Order: sequence, then C-alpha cells, then structure tokens
Amino acid sequence: MADDKDSAEAILSVVHKKIGDAFDVFDHEFNKTVDVREIGTIIRSLGCFPSEAELHDIIAEVEEEEPMGYIRFEKFLPAMTMVLMERKFGPIPEDLLLQAFEVLDQQKKGHLDPEELTKYMTQEGEPFTQEEMEEMLSAALDPDKNVIFYKDFVSAMAVDDT
Amino acid sequence: MGCGITKSNQLQLKKCDRGHLSVPASTAMRAALLIQRWYRQYVARLEMRRRCTWNIFQSIEYAGEQDQIKLYNFFAYLMDHFTPASSERNLISHIFRENDLLRDIEWERYFNYKSIEIPEDYCGPYLTFPLTASNVTELVEAFRNKQQLHSRYVLQLLGETWKLLRLLPNINHVSTCHTKEITICGDLHGHLEDLLLVFYKNGLPSMETPYVFNGDYVDRGKNSIEILLILFAFLLLYPNDVHLNRGNHEDHIVNLRYGFTKEVLGKYRLHGKKILKLLQKIFSWLPLATVIDQKVLIVHGGISDTFDLKIIAKMDRHRYVSSLKPPKSRRLLLKSKLSDQESDTEEAGAEDSGSSSTRGGGGIRRTCSMTHSSPSSGVDRSLLQRRSLQSHSSVDDELQERRRQAGLGVSPSHSDDQQSYCSDKDAELTEAVEADAEEWKQIVDLLWSDPMSMEGCVPNEVRGGGCYWGPDVTEEVLNRHSLQLLIRSHECKQEGYEFCHNRKVLTIFSASNYYEEGSNRGAYIRLGPDLVPHLIQYQATRTTRDLTLRQSVGRTERSALRALREQLFAHKSDLISAFQKYDPDNTGWISLKDWAVAMETVFHLALPWRVLRSQLVSTTKDGMLDYQSWFKELAIMEPNKELAHTNVLETLYKHHSNLETIFRVIDTDNSGFISFEEFRQTWKLLSSHLKMEISDEAIVDLAHSIDFNHDGSIDINEFMEAFRLVDSTHHDMATA
Repeated sequence: MADDKDSAEAILSVVHKKIGDAFDVFDHEFNKTVDVREIGTIIRSLGCFPSEAELHDIIAEVEEEEPMGYIRFEKFLPAMTMVLMERKFGPIPEDLLLQAFEVLDQQKKGHLDPEELTKYMTQEGEPFTQEEMEEMLSAALDPDKNVIFYKDFVSAMAVDDT
Repeated sequence: MGCGITKSNQLQLKKCDRGHLSVPASTAMRAALLIQRWYRQYVARLEMRRRCTWNIFQSIEYAGEQDQIKLYNFFAYLMDHFTPASSERNLISHIFRENDLLRDIEWERYFNYKSIEIPEDYCGPYLTFPLTASNVTELVEAFRNKQQLHSRYVLQLLGETWKLLRLLPNINHVSTCHTKEITICGDLHGHLEDLLLVFYKNGLPSMETPYVFNGDYVDRGKNSIEILLILFAFLLLYPNDVHLNRGNHEDHIVNLRYGFTKEVLGKYRLHGKKILKLLQKIFSWLPLATVIDQKVLIVHGGISDTFDLKIIAKMDRHRYVSSLKPPKSRRLLLKSKLSDQESDTEEAGAEDSGSSSTRGGGGIRRTCSMTHSSPSSGVDRSLLQRRSLQSHSSVDDELQERRRQAGLGVSPSHSDDQQSYCSDKDAELTEAVEADAEEWKQIVDLLWSDPMSMEGCVPNEVRGGGCYWGPDVTEEVLNRHSLQLLIRSHECKQEGYEFCHNRKVLTIFSASNYYEEGSNRGAYIRLGPDLVPHLIQYQATRTTRDLTLRQSVGRTERSALRALREQLFAHKSDLISAFQKYDPDNTGWISLKDWAVAMETVFHLALPWRVLRSQLVSTTKDGMLDYQSWFKELAIMEPNKELAHTNVLETLYKHHSNLETIFRVIDTDNSGFISFEEFRQTWKLLSSHLKMEISDEAIVDLAHSIDFNHDGSIDINEFMEAFRLVDSTHHDMATA
C-alpha cells in the first residue's frame, strides 16, 4: 500500500538522519570519516548495547580492506541501519540488570563491596580497564558507607537521558 | 549466549583466581558481561555529550579565528585603498607599521628602562642582571603570590631577551646526550597555574632539567605576561637548556583580539605600549622549530607537503612580525633603493608607503595564500596584480563601494600606478618575490596547520590559515628529513595529548581546563635518549579532578550551551529570516527538521543541531517550534534600557569581538577611552567591513547612549561589559 511504503521510507529517513548526526559529531575534518576508535561510542550513543566482541565484529564489517584507522560513512551507514532496524544489541531491562548485580552479591547483603565489584568487573566477562573501573566506582560508591548500593545505582543511571 | 568471547578474554578467565569467587563461573561471567555492556553504553552516551560540547567550544573558537583573519584582511584592504592622508587610514595604519628601529642605540633610547623609577611602596620582586637562579626562583614565587613585576624590570628583562634571541638560529638543535631527559610543553595560553603545576611535578628548568616550550604562551588566560617573563628569565639563565618555539599566538595582530594586548595595557598603564612594541620584536625573533637528536621535530602547528627544513633554517625569520601578513618584499626594498617613485609623503617611519604598490608588490592576496593548496608551484603573477578583496568583482567598483560606505570621497586611481609597477619584468625581482612567497608559506604552515586522518594535504579552511595534512604527508616529510617523530601543539586535546598518524605525530597541550573548568587535562612529555615519549597529565584545579565523569561533562556542557545561546541571540534577525523562509504563511511555527536546517544555514558552525536540539529548545509541540517565543526565552541582555530596543544592538553584540579589536587598534594611547569621533570612525570601519549601511545619525545616537558617564568619551571596557549576556535563570538547563 502506498501509505505503508511512505511510512517505511519515512522511518528509514529518520534512522539515516540519526546515524548521520551521531557520525557527524566525531567527523572532525568534515570529510565523512571518523577515527575507528570512536565507532563504539557512536554505536552505543544510538541506543545499542553491544559487547566488546560484537563491536569488533561490526568494525571488521565496516573497515576498509586495508585498515586505515578511519571508517567512512558510506560503509558505516548501511551496516548501522541494519543494526537499528533489526534492533540488535537492544537495551537491557532494568530488572535483568538488577538480577545481574544480585547474582554477584552472593551473600544477599543488598550491596557490594568495592573489592567485590572490582574483582568481577576486572576479571570476568570482558574486563574493565583500570580507568573504567575507577570511573564506575566514583559514580557508584556511596561516600559514607563505602559500598555500592546497586539498586540505587541502577535507578540513578537510568534517570540520565540523552 | 551468543556473544563471541575473544581469545584474550578466555585466557583471562582461566587466569583469574577462581577460588575467591564462589558463584558458578558461567553465571558470574554472564552477570559481569551484562553489567559491563550496560555501563559501557552509559559511558558512551556521556562521551557523546562531551564531544558535542567540545565541538561547540571549538567551532566558536575557530570561527573567531576566521573572523580575525577576515578583519585583518579588511584592514589590509583599507590600507591599500585609502588615500594616504585619510583619517580612517591613520586610525589603523600603525598596526602595519614595521618596527624599523633597527639600530641598538635607537632601541636602547626608546626602551630606556633606566629612567623608570621604582617607587618606595613597590613590593614586587626585584631583579638584578645578569640573572641568578635565586632571582628567577624568586620571580616564580612572586608570581605565584600574585605580585606584579615592575615595568622597569619588565623592559630590562625583555631587552636582554631580545638581545639573546637575535643570536639564536631559526631551528634549535638539542641533544639528549649525558642521559638527560628533555621535557616538552605545549600551549599554555596564559594559564600560570598550569605552568606552576608542571614545575612542581617536573622541576624547574635547569641544566639537569632541560625544557622545550612549544609556543602559544599568551592570549585567553589572564597571566600571559607572567608566563612570558618566567620563560624568558629561564631562557636567559640557561640558554642551552631552555628552548622556545614560536606559536601562532606570538603575534601582535592576534593578540589584539585574544586578550594579551588588553592584559598588558591593563597591568602596565604607563609603559604597556612600549612593552608591547618590544614584544612584537621578540616574537618575531623566537625560533621556529626545535630538533632533538636529529630525529624528533617540534613545531607549534605542523607541516605541509612542501615542508622544507632547509628553507626554514635559511630565512630571516624576524621579517615575519605577524604570520598574518607577508613581509615587505625584497622586491620593493630593491625597487625603492633604485628610484624614489614611492611616495614617502606619509607619516615618517611608515614603511608601508601610501601607494598600494607596497602590498601589490609583496602582498599576494592574503586570503588566497594563507591557505595554499598543494603543490605550491610558485606565485601566480596575476595574483600580484590583483587588487580586489574578492577576486571576481571589478576592482574599481569594489573600491568605490567600499569608499562610499566608509564615507570617503572618490579615490585617485591607484590602480594605474599599480599596473605600471607590476609590469616590471625583471626576472630577478620575480624570483625574489617567489622566494618570499615560499618562505611565508613555510611559516604559515608551520604555525597554523592541523593533522587529519585522510591522506593528502588541503587548505585549512576552518582556521583560515595553514593546511590539513594526512598520514602520507607525515611519512614523506619525516623520511625526507630522516626524522622519526613530529611533536606539535596548537589543538586542545581532552587528555592533554593525542597520537595520530601511526603514532608518528604527537599533539601536546599544556593548558588544562582550557574551554572551561573540567573540559580537559593538560600534559607534558619527557623524552630520554631512547626518544620514546612519556606522557604526564595533570589538571589545575582540585575541584575538577574530584568530579565524576558525569558531573564534569554536565558542567562543561552547561558552559558550552551558554556560549552557544549567546551566539543564538547575536544572530537573532538572521535566524528569524531563515525561519520565515520555512514558514511562508507566517504562522510563527516551524518544524524541528526545518529548524535544524535553518540553524546550519545561518551559523556555518557545523554543529550537530539535531543532537543539540533538546538542550536548546525546551518547548515544542508535535514536532513544531514557536520560534518567536523561543527567542524571548533565550536570554536577556544586561538591561541598559536605552540600548535594549535598538536593532543596532544586535549587530553590536554579534560583532563585539571585532568591535573590541578595532577599538584597541584605534586607542593608540591605550587610555581605554575613545572619543566620539573615534567611535564614529570605528563604527564606520566596522560597517564597511560588514558591508552594512548605517546612518550617521544612528551612530551619533548610539554613541550618546553608550556614553555612560556623559563626559564625551566612551570607556572601552564599560562598553564591552554592556554585552555580557545574562542567563535568565529558568533556562539554565541543568542536567546533572
């Protein structure tokens, strides 16, 4: 139907604009390229939650044959459009996140000690760098009790919007 | 679970101490992975906001630089086209006057510090010459304690500095033998606290602790003169161990706009002018580059595909008083020796003789040549004959129009003189001119260029000078000169430093909190005989160090948005016209999509308006914006009621940087006050530059309303104060 086609095109156009806008923020030389190191930020800022490994896969897909250190928009756009349309790497529901924290809190204290959190974050999954860890602690640590009340942490982060 | 775990992660899992984690391995891993994915996305969103904020600051900064260059071009154009005796020309000609007091005796007489007495109540530092280490340490301490050095000592110190600099070659050659590590600092921009922090962390300059400072010591920050005095003092004390490179801000024309001139005149009311004149000389004598162990090149801006150390080593660097303007050509020096046809009827000492042939002969149209595209194959002779600011309009029409707007009479035809002059076919002179052009290009590229990630070399349109050079150019230039690393500054980096071009180029920036508190760290380099750079970062204020990422992003963002809102206000009429194009029925509403397009058309700031929209526009309805109301919300000016409702106000606000620059150029006795007549002339100059029409009556009215003290003169600083935008509190869009 004509209506459906129009609305599909309209949706696509909106998606393309969003991707273009996010890309442009990192296009310092105004030549439709960005440093490959910024691709992760761009993809995530568009509302996706890929793991590091998934990110590497996307980068491999959009890189030049001879990796030049930069990514061109014309290769990035179609790949990213697919990601958004297929809703890959979708958001993490708050309750699932909470469950994850609860799993790590084996003693069911309702909070995590900074050492505990650090050990998990820097030794499990796709480990944090020291810098990432420090930043998370500075945001998550309750300054008085020196522990992480993960329930509050999760809610607080959810409030922040783009 | 679908996510591929890379090899390194698997190895790490095996290595980790499983004994302390009693949660089943796979569950813990899944949980951790989820949390990491979530947190990294949060950080990326913050990074996006931070980057947008950064872009705002940087765009406004570079637009200002472009503006400056346009204004300068305009002055140059006026110099060419106004009759020698015109009063407008007299207002600005002095900034083009070359410092031609070449002989020592004349200089000593002019800058005679000996006649300056130190008053009894002076409680600043004392200096004795030759300087001793304790002298200089005391100087540093005095500045740390916010004391001011007396102008007598300033002039004396500068005089000694100048004498030393004249002896230095264009390129400092340094070696890291004796297992010495060299410290390299980038832009300081008047941030004294950063310099002191570096000295604290790294030690004062000495024979054991050699330093290279890579330019841009002045402008923007409030302690530019103190930084210069400290650096010069250490240079005098340890001339073999302290090396200074020139930056694009070591330039009196740039200083007019970016605060250094104002700072000096404010701190040294009586002798500021002399100090600035001496500094003009000193800046032109600063070395252009430093090379370490024949392997590491340090320049302020960067390189281009035609970069040639041999040319740079050979030139008379002091002829380039300002990189914005080509020096008086050798051709003309030769020509004026041969004949007296240049009319020397103007003010004595003005080397730029009134006839436009001065610029015609030596001056390639600056806008054409400050951004050279490669390869530069020498000067196009037709450029020499071009007189017009815009290459395509008829010269005479342009000339007449400009003069008319500036309220001047009809000019005699200079172009005739020019033609006959330029028809000189002497090959030797042509060569001299081409050599000049080549040299000038080398300097401009060295001071203004920026690296880019794509290959090639293109003009740097963003800054208006120098070029953007790619990794292939780095490779070629380094190989050609047998170098292995290029260290440069010139661009603010969030971490204080950044590698690019396969780690062959390292940008180092030493002014922390440059755009705003919390915007960035500063850094410096330690380089040992292995020539592997070690980077040390810092941030000047304790409070910003303790902020979380989110808090510091929020703070910087609010500041950037404030700056942006000022721009919005300044461009109100243009914006409304642009909006009205999308609102032909005059409903007062515009779609957000059209809003973004209109914003970009007016601003040319290349900002992601759609991304910023939610921060700038609070009240939208169904994807539409009521733009008239939006403007009302935006900001209110410091209410000087008389000014508030003139639409001249908006123009004044929009161009207040230009206006201030022109004021300072005109205010030759640096009194801080200009007369009505001078104000009228300023306004005429500005409106001519902007190609605006404005009636004399409107100017007089404006002048009267700005004469806050009703004493017949206008206080520059008070006038500028009137343009501080006041944020209406309910629009402080706090997000943190």
